[in-house]
Amino acid sequence: MTYNIQKYLAIGLASASLLLSIASQAQTDTTEVDLLALLGEEEEINYATATFKSTRVINGHSVENVAKGVLDFRISHRFGFINTGAYELFGLDGASIRLGWEYGVTDWLMVGVGRSSFNKAYDGFLKAKILRQSTGKRNMPISVSYFGSTVINSIRWTNPERENFFSSRVFYAHQLLIGRKFNNALSLQLSPTIIHRNLVKTRAEANTVLAIGASGRHKITQRLSLNAEYFYVLPDQLAAQYKNSLSVGVDIETGGHVFQLHLTNSTAMTEPGFVTESVGEWGNGDIHFGFNVSRVFTIVRKKEIVEP
Amino acid sequence: MKQIILIALITLGFQTLKAQQYMDRAAYLGFFSETKMENIKADNNKGTLVYDATTGSLQMSALMKAFEFEKALMQEHFNENYVESDKFPKAVFKGKVENHTAVYLSKDGTYNTKVAGEMTMHGVTKKITVDAVFKVAGGKITCDSKFNVKPEDYNITIPSTVRDNIASAITVTVKANLEVFKK
Repeated sequence: MTYNIQKYLAIGLASASLLLSIASQAQTDTTEVDLLALLGEEEEINYATATFKSTRVINGHSVENVAKGVLDFRISHRFGFINTGAYELFGLDGASIRLGWEYGVTDWLMVGVGRSSFNKAYDGFLKAKILRQSTGKRNMPISVSYFGSTVINSIRWTNPERENFFSSRVFYAHQLLIGRKFNNALSLQLSPTIIHRNLVKTRAEANTVLAIGASGRHKITQRLSLNAEYFYVLPDQLAAQYKNSLSVGVDIETGGHVFQLHLTNSTAMTEPGFVTESVGEWGNGDIHFGFNVSRVFTIVRKKEIVEP
Repeated sequence: MKQIILIALITLGFQTLKAQQYMDRAAYLGFFSETKMENIKADNNKGTLVYDATTGSLQMSALMKAFEFEKALMQEHFNENYVESDKFPKAVFKGKVENHTAVYLSKDGTYNTKVAGEMTMHGVTKKITVDAVFKVAGGKITCDSKFNVKPEDYNITIPSTVRDNIASAITVTVKANLEVFKK
């Protein structure tokens, strides 16, 4: 009797497990199991990249830095005013130039030097990322960078007979760059700006000038974008002939180059210059055609992952 | 009687064996483009691979943004202009090892297999069949594969200005160390 129960129990067990195995076989054969889902989703920080195509929107800096170990050689031109007519080939006969060498020390810090023909100025700057826009594990709606620059103009003294001080040649710029990439195409940026001039022409002009920049880009294709930039100087700080800087342009990207072509009423390409010394009046056709060409060279190759 | 119990135990044992799944959460994926103009290499060590030894089902996934290039600008262009990582963050392969019953992961050896399945990248799904090698040595199991991918097949357009710098067929390398799946 006990023998029989054991026997039936064993047969039952065997057939049950057989059935089970057949059933599971059938299940795996008919439905594609999502094995990857078994691992679960490991959430990562997803940083917004390429908010702008270049370290400049047009004249002003963008929240972008050159990457660590990368040297960016920049050639920037602003031709003469378009309204100078056919005799000057609409400004192309004359040009204001800046040559720049800019380097990524780390992924958050870049430094640069440049030489402009405007006021024969030398400039040195640093730009540091403070916040990076991200989603996922860390949610940060905006990118914020600090930009600081010193500009020393080396043009001969207008009054060499009087006592001149070196400090009179020095200008400073500080900016917070607050940017957001809204989607793949649209990025906007606000740039609160302080410019300090050690020497100004008249008592009525402020040594320290407050301004705010607003700029943006909209991608038309993957490699072409439309850019605009405006710097509003708070009232009663500058002499009457100085205008707010307004620029529009396009970015064209080809491999290691970015070409920026634009129209602007600013002649200078450093912050103290284009924020406080723009004389062009858009309505009169005092517009420069200009370009920035950026060519990057990878000096230090980054390689953190090695093929096993 | 004893035989019957043995059969029952074996079938039960077979049952548990059948559910054997292997995985690698840090699989290596690399791709290489070779042209006269330049060679481009990108590496990613954050791939995930899951293999079900019972069904032969093999699935793999990789974050596009986790590919690292030697040149930062290349990496930016790869994500921004070519694969559009914000829109299509992952590449996923779901397939089946065709002769999986001949692969014994509990036994040392080298097993050459073919894996057929679907690869989804840049929003395009394509059927592909690739060669893969399972190696078992002293309890260590690896799964390696090398195959070619054409960017055009996945709707990734390459502008004519850089067409000579990017190979028409890009070699993809996969190297995974398989471990028994643990929750």
